[in-house]
Amino acid sequence: MRQRNTAAAYAVALALLPAAALADAARGKTLYESRCVACHSIDANRVGPAHKGVFGRKAGSAPDYDYSPALRASKVVWSQATLERWLANPEQVIAGQRMGYSVSESADRTDLVDYLKTQR
Amino acid sequence: MKDSAEQQSGGLIARRNFLGRSGTLSIAAIALLSGRESLAQGMGNAAADVNILNVALGLEHEAINAYQLGAGSGLLQKPVLDVAVQFQGHHKGHRDALIATIQKLGGKPVAEKSLDEYAKALKADTLKSQADVLDLAARLELGATNAYLGVIPAFKDTALAKVAGRLAADETMHWTVLSNALARSLPTAALTFGA
Repeated sequence: MRQRNTAAAYAVALALLPAAALADAARGKTLYESRCVACHSIDANRVGPAHKGVFGRKAGSAPDYDYSPALRASKVVWSQATLERWLANPEQVIAGQRMGYSVSESADRTDLVDYLKTQR
Repeated sequence: MKDSAEQQSGGLIARRNFLGRSGTLSIAAIALLSGRESLAQGMGNAAADVNILNVALGLEHEAINAYQLGAGSGLLQKPVLDVAVQFQGHHKGHRDALIATIQKLGGKPVAEKSLDEYAKALKADTLKSQADVLDLAARLELGATNAYLGVIPAFKDTALAKVAGRLAADETMHWTVLSNALARSLPTAALTFGA
């Protein structure tokens, strides 16, 4: 029930997204396809975990993905702020994690997270 | 299946010759670590570098299997098939170099998954034409280029950063050839990779 309410809330939030945010999500998709798809897919675990539903879920909780002990033990929940911090410096957010890649530009991080938000 | 796909290409001898050359690449990569035995024994930041190298190894396992899926699909025609098998050989060279380096640093190389697992993750069942296979390969190669360029600053050991740069160069070569085969135009702007 709680899951259904959460999904409904996300659907409403998506519907209310301003055009600018959707444009940012579109740019975020382009960024995702050039920078993230080496390791990640939206709906399949590959070198990295699947990203479908990442926004709002606990770190280290994508089904059937073999996480590092650090990710499994983390209490971080992925929000706009935590995802942007993660993309800026993963090790600073969760020490002992395995992702060596980071995104240096703040605007790129924001747009990537905007895109991930749309992937429910 | 892998052997049959390689024989199907008619490029087995060429591939053996290539692997001989990629063996040189492996040795060169390891040579970058020569004189750093203390690091190889697990000192300091080696564990962080091993984590990055293992992610890279995961990419290479996937690339090898992606080309295997393409070569075994029956969708690739000569000479594209020969080029795909040659690129697969490059990725095997990368894999061997990464495994040797990870082991030299005292790490445990991440294991390759089954071909079926890669097929499922890459949605191989959706590949219906040569262009589909090339498009998948181009997307993976571009992603790998940007991934390798992106991790360069994260390496604690600059010799490993150089290896990442060399790997990125190979992936860029692959992407360029694949894009050409797909009749796609080159980037109009400079500095599009790793941005």
